Order: sequence, then structure tokens, then C-alpha cells
Amino acid sequence: MSIALLIEQLLNGLQLGVMLFLMAAGLTLIFGVMGLINLAHGSLYMIGAFACAIVATATGSFWIGLAASLAAAAAAGAIMEITVIRRLYERDHLDQVLATFALILIFSEGTRWLFGSFPLYLDIPPALQGAVPLPGGGQYQLYRLAIIGVGVAVAVGLYLLIARTRLGMRIRAGESDREMIAALGVDISTLYTVVFALGAALAGLAGALVGALQSVQVGMGEPVLILAFVVIVIGGIGSIKGALFGAVLVGVVDTMGRFLLPQALTLMLAPSQAALVGGALASMLIYIVMALILAFRPSGLFSAQS
Amino acid sequence: MRRAVTREAATNTTLALLLLAAPLAASAMGEPFYVTLATRIAVLALAAVGLNIALGLGGLVSFGHAAFFGLGGYAAGILATHAFNAEPLFLGIAGTTSMPAIWLVAMVVCGLVALPIGAVSLRTSGVYFIMITLAFAQMIYYFAISWPAYGGEDGLSIYLRNSFPWVNTAAPLPFFLVCYGLLLLGLLVFRALRDSRFGAALQAARQNEVRLAAVGIAPFDIRLTAFVISAMMTGVAGALFADLNHFVSPSMLSWHMSGELIVLIILGGKGRLFGPVAGAMLYVLLEHVLGGITERWQFFLGLILLGVVLFARGGLIGLVAGRQSHG
Repeated sequence: MSIALLIEQLLNGLQLGVMLFLMAAGLTLIFGVMGLINLAHGSLYMIGAFACAIVATATGSFWIGLAASLAAAAAAGAIMEITVIRRLYERDHLDQVLATFALILIFSEGTRWLFGSFPLYLDIPPALQGAVPLPGGGQYQLYRLAIIGVGVAVAVGLYLLIARTRLGMRIRAGESDREMIAALGVDISTLYTVVFALGAALAGLAGALVGALQSVQVGMGEPVLILAFVVIVIGGIGSIKGALFGAVLVGVVDTMGRFLLPQALTLMLAPSQAALVGGALASMLIYIVMALILAFRPSGLFSAQS
Repeated sequence: MRRAVTREAATNTTLALLLLAAPLAASAMGEPFYVTLATRIAVLALAAVGLNIALGLGGLVSFGHAAFFGLGGYAAGILATHAFNAEPLFLGIAGTTSMPAIWLVAMVVCGLVALPIGAVSLRTSGVYFIMITLAFAQMIYYFAISWPAYGGEDGLSIYLRNSFPWVNTAAPLPFFLVCYGLLLLGLLVFRALRDSRFGAALQAARQNEVRLAAVGIAPFDIRLTAFVISAMMTGVAGALFADLNHFVSPSMLSWHMSGELIVLIILGGKGRLFGPVAGAMLYVLLEHVLGGITERWQFFLGLILLGVVLFARGGLIGLVAGRQSHG
């Protein structure tokens, strides 16, 4: 095992973590402000990927596609909030789970209806093709590095938005006391729609960015959604800082586990056995980590609300 | 109050008789397909009755009951495969094709798995509980996919349906009657639990945890017991489901399955004795009717479900039999 390979896997873990952060940030923001658990967040991810793939194919430009993915996901999020989600804020979590589960069925089957069951493909933009040399002699895909860069930029941008702007102030106020902020004359329902659309746009961005690495197909959002749930549970629901920390932790632990566990087990087991047990263990690793963290910190590492 | 209770009892009896009469009539008319459909209803209803113990009585929204449904299914599949190939399971223990033995194994396995999952998950509540139970189920799902010994992603076939003493389980109607009998048994267990002192404590834990603790009962122990019993019942239903389909695969463990089980309860009426039965009837019939009209039935199912959640709270039983008399 060379150092270059280790660095490459670490970067892969970081890239997965960054992508999970884009999903988890929206989920945790929506939960923190509106108290809503949104299973259909994965559908917004899928909408972003489809919008990017279709517009990029039609115009020939990945960048226009990326802009379209943000717009489409934000618009879908806003429509979803105004027509359905708004009615769920006062309901218990069970109703929220069910209604958003129903939305997944509608979005998945609707997308299949419109675009068929065949996956779409999205090419990496020419400016980001190629690879960069790594210390230790390896090479790393430029595009994946760019995703990491986007994630860091979004994290900084979100921090500035929430800590430094008027909108951010309202979001923080909404988290701590929604009746009071409404009484102070802030149009709370518009604020909710904006927050939801913001979360949706981040999910759409994640979908579009990952769409160029994988195929774009119906159901692509669901595995990511569940990982994002693990992330926000680890980080503490409602906390953006927790989402960032949890996302990087889950991304790196998952990737490194798949890479290192089978190799580590060869010290104890025959190679074929080690690959088998290691693979199975690695696929369960992040859930084990989550269970351990929750056993000691039942409300996550950075619990935002008491 | 009394009238509402009687109306619910009448509704329940009607549903029970309907579920029994329909396959008998279908079988007499030579339509075995509808017998299979009724079996599917009975098995899914049993799984949801199990979940209803945790979700309806205890207010524990487990989004991971597919784990127990799937484990029950794998218990049936693995034991039958070992018996079929005449290979001992481990430590010289042979496989079996006897349904009662399989149910027992399914219950023990689900109970043993539910104990640690419940112990960790019940330290949390609300959204955390929903997501943690989901995550544990995913853990088992990914394990089933990545472990190739029992088919991995492709699943495991059960070539011959497992046997039950004095019953020809290969024929649709006798197998339905076995499932129907178990469903009635499950409903009796649910009712006995609900009306017991334990059930009173469980429902009190849902309504007001602090008061329950104040009278000297630990909510955690009550909830954990309910969670384990709930998992065991869902596990037996999973074993029946595997036998019904002659097949078990990781899809039985998937989070869509967990969602479906919750949907059955909500469609029928949460915490109601026959809620899961009404929900399963409605769900399977919708699936069948919509599936006959359009390939895109899931789209319309989603719309209907959304409508029920937004506008028809209390589910089917709530609609027919009125609001719950207590709770």
C-alpha cells in the first residue's frame, strides 16, 4: 500500500463527505428552522441531477446545466413547500415522514414517466478534465478536487449567510422562537419558503455535481439521503457545524473502511475470507460508528437545540 | 362512548369475515390468484400488527421494522435451504422445513436483534429515534447485500414451500388459512397486550412519560419490551412472506418496506386493533387495481397517500368507526 494510494482514498472520502454536507446542510437547516423531517430531500437531489444532465445535453455547456440544476431544485422545493410541506409543520413527525414518503413515490415515478428508466449521462466539463499529481507519485482527478472546493466554498458561504446577513439573523431567530419572530413582524411563511428553497438548491447542486461522476437515474437520491440522515444524527440535528463535521467523518470513515478493513483483516484471515468479512464489515461501519456515538451522546455531537 | 366501541367491534368483525370469505369464494370459483392476494393481505397485516404494538400503542415510530420482516424471511430461507441441501447449519444443527420451527427461530432471532437495537435507539426520541431505527435497518440491509453466502444481492429461493403439520401448504387456500390463523392470533396478542397492565403503562409512556416515571414505572423498560415483542411478531410475518413468494431478498429489508409497513398502519388507523388489517386490504387492493390500470401506479398511490395524510386523519377505521374511545 503506497502513500499515494492512501492520499487518493483520503481525498475520495473527503469528496464523499463534502457531497454529503451539501445534502445534510439543507436537511438540518430545514429541521432546525421548521422542525420538519423531509424524506423527499433525495428527490430534490435527483431533480438537480436530471436538470443538469438535460440542460447540459441540450446546450452543450455543463455550466448552464449547473445553473439550471440550482434553479430547478430551488423551484421544485418552493412549489413543494407551498403546496404540501407548509401543511405539515404543525403535525407530528409521523405525518411528516409519511407525507414526504408519498412525495418520493410521486417524484420518482413522475421522473420515470417523463424521462424513462434509462440512466442519463453527464460529462465532466472540459475545463475540469484531467488529473493533478499527488505527493508520493499518484494522480488525482481534477473534477473531484473541484467538488471538494465547491463544498468548502458552500460551507464558508453558509456560515457567512447565517452569521452575517439579515436573512441569516431571521433564520437563527426562527430556530430559537418562531412565534416571537412572527410577532415582531417578520413574514414567517415567506422565510420558511426561502429556507426550504435554499436547502433544495443545495441538494440540487449536490445531485448535479455527482451526476457527472455517476449515471443520472431515478432512485439515485435514496442512498445519499440515508447517509445524510446518519450525518445529521451524528452531528446533532439542526446544527450546520455538526452537519459539516458529521459529513466529513462519515465520508472518510466509509471510504477508508472499505479500503483498509479488507487489508487489515488479511493479517488474521485468509485473503478470500478477509475480502468477504472486510467488505461486509466496511458496509456496516458508519452505522456502527453512529450507534457508538449515540450510545454516549444521544442528541449528537453538536446538538443545536436542548 | 359505548356506541363508538360497538361500532368499531362491528367494523372489525366485518373486516375479519370479509378477509376470510373472499378467498374461500375465489377458491370455489377457481381463481387461485385472488387467494394469493388475500394471503398477501393477511401476511402484510400481521407484520403491521406487530409494528402497531410499538408505533400505535407505544408511540415509537420505528422506521426500521423491515429489518425484522427481512430477518424473519431470511430465517425461513436459510433454514429451508440447509434442509434442502441436507447441510448442517452450524455445530451440526440441521436446517428445517417445518413452519412452526421456522417461526420460533424467526422470533428468537428478531428478539435477539431487536434487544440491542432497541436499547440504543430508545435512548433517543422523536426524529432521532426515527432515523436511528432507519439506520440500523440499513446496516442489516447492506450486510445482506454484501454477504454472498445466502445469495447476496440476488436473494435466496425457497424451492418448496415449508410444511405445516396436517396441511398441504403448497396449495393456495390451506396456506392462506395458516396465515389467516396466525393473523388472528397476532390480533389476539395485540388486544391482550393493549388491555393488560403492561399495555396501560406502554400507552401512558406515550402520553406522558414524566407522570409514568412519577408513579414508579421506568418508561425505558416498558418501551424496550414492547419494541422486542413488536419485532418478533413482524419477524414471523416475514417468514410467512418468504414462504408466500418462495423467495427472500434484501428488498424485504429495504427502507421502502419499512415505509410501507408504516403506511399500512396509517391508512387503516394508528393504534386501532384492526387498523393494520384495513390498511393492508386497502393497500394491496389499490396496488392491484391501480397496477391493472397503469404501469405508473406508484405515482397515484403517492397522491392517494398524500391525500390521506393531509386530509383524512385517523385512517379507514377512524372514518368508519369514529374516533378512538380513548388515547
